[in-house]
Amino acid sequence: MKRFSGLSLLRAGLGGQRAWKPQWRSPEPKPAYDAVIVGGGGHGLGAAYYLASEHRLTNIAVLEKGWIGGGNTGRNTTIIRSNYLFPESAALYDHALKLWESLAQVLNYNVMFSARGVMMLAHTVHDAQVARRHVHANRAAGVDNEWLTPEEAKAFCPPLNIGKLRYPVLGAALQRRGGTARHDAVAWGYARAADALGVDILENCEVIGILRDGSGAAEGVETTRGTIRAPRIGVSAAGHSSVIMKMADVSLPLESYPLQALVSEPVKPVFPCVVMSNTIHAYISQSDKGELVIGAGTDAYTSYTQRGALYITSHALEAICELFPMFRRMRMLRAWGGIVDVTPDRSPIIAKTPVPGLYVNCGWGTGGFKATPGSAHLFAWTIAHDSPHPINAPFTLERFRDGNLIDEAAAAAVAH
Amino acid sequence: MLLIDCPYCGERPEPEFVYGGQAHIARPAQPADVSTESWTDFLYRRENTRGLHAERWRHTHGCGRFFNALRDTTTDHFLATYRVGEAPPVAKGKAS
Repeated sequence: MKRFSGLSLLRAGLGGQRAWKPQWRSPEPKPAYDAVIVGGGGHGLGAAYYLASEHRLTNIAVLEKGWIGGGNTGRNTTIIRSNYLFPESAALYDHALKLWESLAQVLNYNVMFSARGVMMLAHTVHDAQVARRHVHANRAAGVDNEWLTPEEAKAFCPPLNIGKLRYPVLGAALQRRGGTARHDAVAWGYARAADALGVDILENCEVIGILRDGSGAAEGVETTRGTIRAPRIGVSAAGHSSVIMKMADVSLPLESYPLQALVSEPVKPVFPCVVMSNTIHAYISQSDKGELVIGAGTDAYTSYTQRGALYITSHALEAICELFPMFRRMRMLRAWGGIVDVTPDRSPIIAKTPVPGLYVNCGWGTGGFKATPGSAHLFAWTIAHDSPHPINAPFTLERFRDGNLIDEAAAAAVAH
Repeated sequence: MLLIDCPYCGERPEPEFVYGGQAHIARPAQPADVSTESWTDFLYRRENTRGLHAERWRHTHGCGRFFNALRDTTTDHFLATYRVGEAPPVAKGKAS
């Protein structure tokens, strides 16, 4: 891998930007690998990268049915935080947050992680009580989170309206280490680094079947680019996890919903942080390009269409305009949907499955982007050791049977 | 936004309805007698079908009644709506 540096970027610029080469190969699929990852989003590419870099498993492939970063990795609102309620979740998401802090250096690729602070608004007495419970739980777990009065919230985010609103701002929980990153760069950075370690990234390669041997163990996949044998298969397919796992007769506790986001026309820097509101279903930040990036709640029904209803996004915009009156005349440029796989307890599953050799990383629902490096790191560990890392050990499939739910519905930040 | 054909009221816009999840999941008559696995199926595991999906809707801001629908989750096109207690009509459309 040709390493990037300030000097190499300057040299490429002086050469008229004509010297750039593709950042990863497009190899033909081999007939067999030591392991394959199904799904070329951030979580899947990251898992391949950590399998190669930390577990010395380099004869592996990532199978992506479309193109790298074309799914939910390129469709989310890029928010990163770890202020979840329960100790299991706080450990999981904070593991990811710590990896975010050094990710650009580790990958030698600028993922533009910006710890600009994530502020979650409280609009009702109930909200304020729940938010303060989160603050105390987080601080006990060693995760930063603090309670702000409405005036302190406005001082941190000057565009915020703390006047007499339909849903007044009663306070806010602020995680200063939270923020945003450039979502495409995360996928590209992992793809480039994994490729450099010998990982084959196979785009336009859709899995259409999972092969099992006589004992029932997974032994490979049928794809649109031929049969690929591998004794270990990690499925990291987000909204399509149910569809893939059904090929191995594994039924998951998931439902896939459209989740919409939209961006405005780009403007000068006006918005210093991330603001989220559970109660009125909106979240907003400003990208480095200048666009306001706005997220809505999930649509009402399960679907695989990657689109949703206009009234859902209108509802989010009404909340944004009330909270930030200066944006009332902004124009929205684009809106889109992604398909998110939601578990009954709003916590993910990173686990072994009843099929030997088949592993699953799914159920991230509306908040998978923030966990990308942590999720990938733990999934790689689980595949390499055939056993979960202590951090993801509670996030099993069996927790639903055994009643050990990790109920983060209140922390998931959007309506379900 | 979906237009949904309530079997009692006719076609109405989606905001009048509430989604009720996968249809035809019968609660075990004797929950104490079922295995932990099948109780997990009943509570948590869902088909999450990519293709034809039988699902419940409730016309909350209309007649208030529950009914079932067959919808293609790859297009959001409704193939049929039918009353609770009726079997799903045989699908004429494609399932993927």
